[in-house]
Amino acid sequence: MLKIFKPVFSALLQIALLGLGLWWLLDSGAQSMGYQWQWDRVPDYIAFYEDGEWWPAELIDGLFVTIKISAISLFFTLVIGLGTAMLKLSDSVVGRAIATGYIELIRNTPLLVQIYLLYFVFGPVIGLDRFSTAVLALSLFQGAYTAEILRGGLNSISKGQFEAAKSLGLSPFHTYYDVIIPQLLQRTLPALTNEVVSLVKNSSIVSVMAIFDLTTEGRNIVSETAMPFEIWFTVAGIYLLLTLSLSALSALLEHRLGASWRTQ
Amino acid sequence: MNAIDFTNVNKWYGNFQALKNINLTVNKGEILVICGPSGSGKSTLIRTVNGLESISQGEISVLNQPIVDTPAGKVGMVFQHFNLFPHLTVLENLTLSPIRTLKLSKQEAADRAMHYLQRVNISEQASKYPIQLSGGQQQRVAIARSLCMEPEILLFDEPTSALDPETIQEVLDVMVDLASDGITMMCVTHEMGFARKVAHRVIFMDQGEVLEMATPEQIFSAPQHPRTQQFLNQILSH
Repeated sequence: MLKIFKPVFSALLQIALLGLGLWWLLDSGAQSMGYQWQWDRVPDYIAFYEDGEWWPAELIDGLFVTIKISAISLFFTLVIGLGTAMLKLSDSVVGRAIATGYIELIRNTPLLVQIYLLYFVFGPVIGLDRFSTAVLALSLFQGAYTAEILRGGLNSISKGQFEAAKSLGLSPFHTYYDVIIPQLLQRTLPALTNEVVSLVKNSSIVSVMAIFDLTTEGRNIVSETAMPFEIWFTVAGIYLLLTLSLSALSALLEHRLGASWRTQ
Repeated sequence: MNAIDFTNVNKWYGNFQALKNINLTVNKGEILVICGPSGSGKSTLIRTVNGLESISQGEISVLNQPIVDTPAGKVGMVFQHFNLFPHLTVLENLTLSPIRTLKLSKQEAADRAMHYLQRVNISEQASKYPIQLSGGQQQRVAIARSLCMEPEILLFDEPTSALDPETIQEVLDVMVDLASDGITMMCVTHEMGFARKVAHRVIFMDQGEVLEMATPEQIFSAPQHPRTQQFLNQILSH
C-alpha cells in the first residue's frame, strides 16, 4: 500500500509546488503591471442560466465549431492520407509523381499561407463557402503528414497478407477494408493520434477567415472585456481538455484493437 | 478433364529467366509434387497458377479457362508462412471470404468453417487468435481457410518448411487425407515421404526448367537426369 501511495503522494506534492510557484510568478507579474483579475466574469462566457435552463455561451459555441471542423477534417484527412499513401506505393509513375508533389508542396509551405491562398484565391474561384474552405485547408495540410505515416504502416504489413487475401478471392476493396486497414490502424494509432491532436490545434488558425471557432470567440471576448489573461487561459484550458480526452480515447482504442494479438 | 495447362510458359526477372519453356498438364484430381533446389523456380511456377506471379510469355489455363477468368476461390493456396490474418480469430479467418465473396450468411459460413476445422482436427481452437497457436496448428487453420472456399485446385508452397520437426507430421497427415478426397493438388515440398505416399507424378525442376517428370517410383528408384540423381542423393542421404 505504502509502495503505491508514496510515489503518488510525492508526485502530487511536486506538481502542487510547481503550480504554486507558477501561480506566484504570474500573479506578482500581473500585479506589477497593475492587472485586475476578474475570474468571476469568466463563467458567463462558458454557459449562462436563463428562464430555468442552462444555455451555452460564446466559448462553448466556439468549442462546438472547433469540434465540428476538426471531426469533418479528420475524416477527409484519413481519406486523403490513405489515398495518397496508396498512390505513392502504386506502380503508376504519374500516381507516384502526383502523391510526391502534393506531399512536398504541403509540407514545405506554411499552413497560414495555404489558408490565405485557399480563402482568397481558390475558394472564390471554385465557389466554396468559408466552412468548406476551412475543412479543405485543414484536410489537405494534415493529409500530407498522415499519408507518410500510413505509407510507413502499409510498408510494414507483410506481402503475405495481400497474397493470402488474393488467393482467397477477396476483392481489392475487401482486402483493404477487412484485412489491411485494421492492421494498419493498430500499427499507426500512436502516430495518428499525434496528427489528430495537431489537427485540433491547427484548427485555431482558421480564425483568420472569420469562422467562429473557439479561438475567434476568445479573441472577440478579449476585445470586448479587456481581460486577456483569464480568457486566454480558459481557451487554452478548453483545448487541453479536448486534446487530452482524444489522447485518452486513443489509448483505450489502442488497447482494444491490439489486446489479443499485439505480441506479434 | 484438365485442371491446369501450361503452354510454352516463360518468365524473366530482368535478365534472369525464372521459368523456361514450361509445358505441363495437370489432370483433374491429380496430386503433383514439385521438387528441386532453391531458386529452381518451383514456387514461381505454382504462384503463376493463381496469378500471384505474372508470366512473360505463353499461356496458362485453369479448368479450361484463361486464368483471368478463374472464379474467386477456385484455386486455393497454402503458404510457407501461413499468412493467417493476425487481427481475426481462427473462425473469422475462415468465414471472411465466404461471407464477402461467396455471399454466404454468417451462420452458413460459420457452419462450413466448423466443418473444415473438424476435418483438420482443430475445431476447439476456433475462438483463438493465430498468434496463440503453434506453427502446425496455424498451418492446419490455413488449409481449412482455403477449403472453406471449396476450391477445385489447392496449391501448396512449401507448407512444412517453416514448421518444427514435431509438427510437420500433423500437417502432412491433413494433406494425405485431402489427397484421398479427389482434389487437385500441386505441392512444392521437400517431404519425399509424402511424395512417395500420395503423388501421382513428381516433377524435378532446376534453373527454371522441368528436367524430369515421372511417377514417384520411377523418380526415386531410377532417376534419369544426372541433376535429379545428385539432388535426390543429397536430400535422401540423411
